[in-house]
Amino acid sequence: MATLLFAEHDDASLNPVTARALTAALALGAPVHVLVVGENARPAAEAAAKLEGVAEVLLADAPVYAHRLAEPVASLGVALAAQYDALVAPSTAVWKSVLPRIAALIDVMQVSDAVAVIAPDIFERPIYAGNAIQRVRVRDAKKVVTIRTAAFAATGEGGSAPIRAITPADAPAGTLFVGEQIAASERPDLTAARIIVSGGRAVGSAENFAKVIEPLADALGAAVGASRAAVDAGYAPNDWQVGQTGKVVAPDLYVAVGISGAIQHLAGMKDSKVIVAINKDEDAPIFSVADFGLVGDLFQLVPELTAEIAKAKA
Amino acid sequence: MKILVPVKRVVDYNVKIRVKPDGSGVELANVKMSMNPFDEIAIEEALRLKEAGKATEVIAVSIGPVKTDETIRTALAMGADRGIWVKTDEAGIEPLTVAKILRKIVEAEGPGLVILGKQAIDDDANQTGQMLSALLGWPQATFASKVVVGEGKIDVTREIDGGLQTLELALPAVLTTDLRLNEPRYASLPNIMKAKKKPIEEKSAADLGIDLSPRLEVLSTLEPAGRTAGKKVGSVAELVGDLKQAGVI
Ligand SMILES: Cc1cc2nc3c(=O)[nH]c(=O)nc-3n(C[C@H](O)[C@H](O)[C@H](O)COP(=O)(O)OP(=O)(O)OC[C@H]3O[C@@H](n4cnc5c(N)ncnc54)[C@H](O)[C@@H]3O)c2cc1C
Repeated sequence: MATLLFAEHDDASLNPVTARALTAALALGAPVHVLVVGENARPAAEAAAKLEGVAEVLLADAPVYAHRLAEPVASLGVALAAQYDALVAPSTAVWKSVLPRIAALIDVMQVSDAVAVIAPDIFERPIYAGNAIQRVRVRDAKKVVTIRTAAFAATGEGGSAPIRAITPADAPAGTLFVGEQIAASERPDLTAARIIVSGGRAVGSAENFAKVIEPLADALGAAVGASRAAVDAGYAPNDWQVGQTGKVVAPDLYVAVGISGAIQHLAGMKDSKVIVAINKDEDAPIFSVADFGLVGDLFQLVPELTAEIAKAKA
Repeated sequence: MKILVPVKRVVDYNVKIRVKPDGSGVELANVKMSMNPFDEIAIEEALRLKEAGKATEVIAVSIGPVKTDETIRTALAMGADRGIWVKTDEAGIEPLTVAKILRKIVEAEGPGLVILGKQAIDDDANQTGQMLSALLGWPQATFASKVVVGEGKIDVTREIDGGLQTLELALPAVLTTDLRLNEPRYASLPNIMKAKKKPIEEKSAADLGIDLSPRLEVLSTLEPAGRTAGKKVGSVAELVGDLKQAGVI
């Protein structure tokens, strides 16, 4: 039987984490079908069809799937589950909300946040903020797995899978979409960025994020991240939070500015290839994971670094 | 309206756990335990709704072995009215099983709202609330950062990828908390004293007819790939030179 991969997308385009989750789905060894569910989501389905190794794209396109609310999308997943051995999705806000519902309704214990596929029924997943890795075997006949996409490389393009429209499943009532505030940004998405510059509590204000952190990010072509302390204080929006309970990232370069390096923050970025820390406390725990540490005042060092990078790129 | 708040006893968030050298698990002997921080936020939100006259009773429920009642007591000291303790021999009951137990408790208690933490900081699974909602057939809102209770409905603002989303759920419903929902109170000394007299009802999984056997077999628990400290650089110019050499800029 096949594997069903749930695509992360915004109807108009496919999110790059989908190609990473596909790598994990293909590692199960069975043919992979990709489900694109949404409203006016054909463009995302066409992008999914181009991914290497996809056998078929299922497109569930209907008003009931606008915004991918958990209840109707889970009902669709349950309706499809009988035809699949494994249901796989990237660990994004949408799929974290949907997959456990499907798992419960088909009576399967989910594996959350897999970072390695050892065998079709054996996975590794982090526990305790990534301070331990658990290797688990699924005893259920079916597997329901969410994927920590930072742990997998993206599958390339070059495929041309057929797209098959499927009819919506019955959807439960009870949840209404009221509104959304999504920040539009020219910068790369945190989970897909090659470089990330993150600011912590020491940045001190939203204005300082704009004046100090964002220019460095722009000079590097980087995404902007933040610690929980910076988000809680309102210096940065919630979806910038990197860490155990925010986004988990593994870019080529991660620059931590005015971040102490609490376990919960390290959990979200310690698998980055190169880590730079800028902190005025030479004993800050962040230096224990940093490849390059710069001790000093961020308000002096970061503008200097921004200028230096701009010069190097000119 | 009653509010049910499931709470979990976990290793305190300040403790850096150690993996046992034989790979059999994580060292839990003599480690400080606390209420899962997201569950404190859930209790706080329930208490605020009660204080605002939107709820009549806050019930804390926990599932676990000896000492789990300490965590329920913490909830009572914060202000919850009473507790339910589903006693088990072992800790670490899987989310699917926990959700099945909670469904039984919900059926018996008839709350209008169940508020859970979005994840427990020990197994980091992020499943129980969604599973409970699915089993009950109730609407769900995960990752709540703002909650407004209306007549027979609730508006919930959620932290999603890219920003915030607001949903309206028909009650009864299931919510899971995110960090920005509120800042939990500390239990005052008089309230800690008062909590000692509040009732905790004990139940067993067998009473509820739930099988506790795990579905996932834990084969081993491993140390993550380590990372060693690199070097301190003396200047911005040196840093840029090093980054060029590392090929990242
Ligand atoms: C349940 C739970 C979940 C959590 N989840 C997350 C999570 O997902 N992500 C996360 O990040 N945190 C998380 N945390 C919070 C975490 O424990 C820390 O509190 C947080 O990461 C600290 O943020 P910070 O490093 O910005 O602030 P601080 O720890 O206050 O560090 C500020 C740093 O800035 C330095 N500094 C000060 N002034 C300057 C200056 N002028 N120039 C240079 N350096 C300066 C200081 O030396 C210090 O090291 C969580 C906590 C809990 C309880």
